[in-house]
Amino acid sequence: MSVDVARLPEAGRWRSLYDFYLTTMRTAIASQLQYRVTNYFYMLGMIAEPVVYLVVWTTIAKDQGGAVNGITTGEFAAYYIVWTLVRNMNIVFGAPFWEWRIREGRLAGDLLKPMYILHYDLAYFAGWKFVVVVLWLPIAFGLSAVFHPTLSPTPLEIVVFICAIWGAYLVRSMFQGTIGMLNFWTTRGAAVFDLYMATEMLLSGRLVPLQLMPEWVQTLANFLPFKWTFGFPIESLVGNLSTRDLLLGLCAQALWIGIGLVLFKVAWSSAIKRFVSVGN
Amino acid sequence: MSSLRVSWLFLRMGVINELQYRVNFFVQLLQSLIQVGTALVMLALVYSHTNALNGWTQPELLSLIGVQVLLGGFIHTFIQPNMQQLMQDVQQGTLDYALTKPEDAQLLISVRMVRIWQVVEIISGVILLFVGLAGVESSIGVGDAIAFGIALLIGGVLVYCFWLVMTTGAFWIVRMENVLELFEGIYQTGRWPVTVYPGWLRYSVTFLVPIGFAVTVPAEALTSRLQWPTLVFALGFGCAVFAFTRWFWHFGLRHYSGASA
Repeated sequence: MSVDVARLPEAGRWRSLYDFYLTTMRTAIASQLQYRVTNYFYMLGMIAEPVVYLVVWTTIAKDQGGAVNGITTGEFAAYYIVWTLVRNMNIVFGAPFWEWRIREGRLAGDLLKPMYILHYDLAYFAGWKFVVVVLWLPIAFGLSAVFHPTLSPTPLEIVVFICAIWGAYLVRSMFQGTIGMLNFWTTRGAAVFDLYMATEMLLSGRLVPLQLMPEWVQTLANFLPFKWTFGFPIESLVGNLSTRDLLLGLCAQALWIGIGLVLFKVAWSSAIKRFVSVGN
Repeated sequence: MSSLRVSWLFLRMGVINELQYRVNFFVQLLQSLIQVGTALVMLALVYSHTNALNGWTQPELLSLIGVQVLLGGFIHTFIQPNMQQLMQDVQQGTLDYALTKPEDAQLLISVRMVRIWQVVEIISGVILLFVGLAGVESSIGVGDAIAFGIALLIGGVLVYCFWLVMTTGAFWIVRMENVLELFEGIYQTGRWPVTVYPGWLRYSVTFLVPIGFAVTVPAEALTSRLQWPTLVFALGFGCAVFAFTRWFWHFGLRHYSGASA
């Protein structure tokens, strides 16, 4: 499908983009604040996963005399409580939603808008994060009161963490978007998406801290994007990473954002040629 | 008899409808393999650091995972599609079509949909269960097997009740689709014996969200841990929850004004 769309004027382009992001984020906040109950359902369902892992590893750590592979019960608690925030920051316009967007005819409308397709999703989900963080705070306090995390980050670690969770959001957005392009070829991409999610779960530090994984898994994880969306942001706050490792981690995120963006652009330009829309 | 006939008719229609999409079988097979594979990796990781988790050995825990996957398959085949349809009907006002039919409304909204390819998950669960039980040292008696069957049935009823109570909330809170995420998240707690969890969580996943009864109790029956009083209590609890669910459904229905009228 080819569509002639009005392009933004070159002069003031960045200003327009900034205004667009600000307005979309405000809209997302106003919209999502109306659905507090449904947002809480989502979050409660999500925190069940780390709580289960936390309880299991805490039980094992206690059996082993207080630590597993050098990770104490307090450090496990810190890891999985920070996990809950990182997981919420990692909610993006996922691959299966592309199927919904195409099936419901939303994409045809989106194509008529003047900006690159990614901006709309990035801006809306970025705004949603602010609602999510506010709703997450009481959950974090509750979990901290129950599990007693050991957490004493330095100012540098806090700054790197804030950058890293947004970096993780962008890395995940790019790769989920790229996988989502599969929907232009098949309506049965669910198994591929599941395979991708399972790989992410094992190689990102989402299932367990990567320290608990075999050596070869840890090495492999360094060369794939997954670790930079979960393990690194969490470790930047709860681990004892050196300043060099912290900065290298942010560089790795920037690299994966770039790679993800290129992959998305290539996949998108190929996928959109297959798109056909009918309707009034 | 009429209820059984209606349920059987809907089941046949659902199966015939799903059989048109045969490729979905292979998609589901791959999804089940991924799900089971991830669970096995986690199990291997845990038991690479310990010999027993709260007294549960690796084969025993594999049996428990088998029960969890099996029950998950049952939920995805029969319960979840119907509840999602109910939420959608309330949102779009099409529930009236079910309410105006001359049959019990709760029955109708509970049996309309079936995703037959999800039985692959049930089969995966059964395989895991048998592989796990093959490694369990103690033998399983007839009494254990009967107790397992009863406990699994009660578990299925409890999960159905939980889903229906949550979905009935759609009469007040229209956007309930995230209840699916809530349930899927909490259902993961069933992958481990409830005795692992701290008190507040153990009671929550036993009485509030009945995963404890639904998964751990049947697995306890097969690993000779189940005491008969627990099973009797589970039976009583199941009946009480079913009665409450029936009442709550009617209570919710009275607050439904319809959207198409």
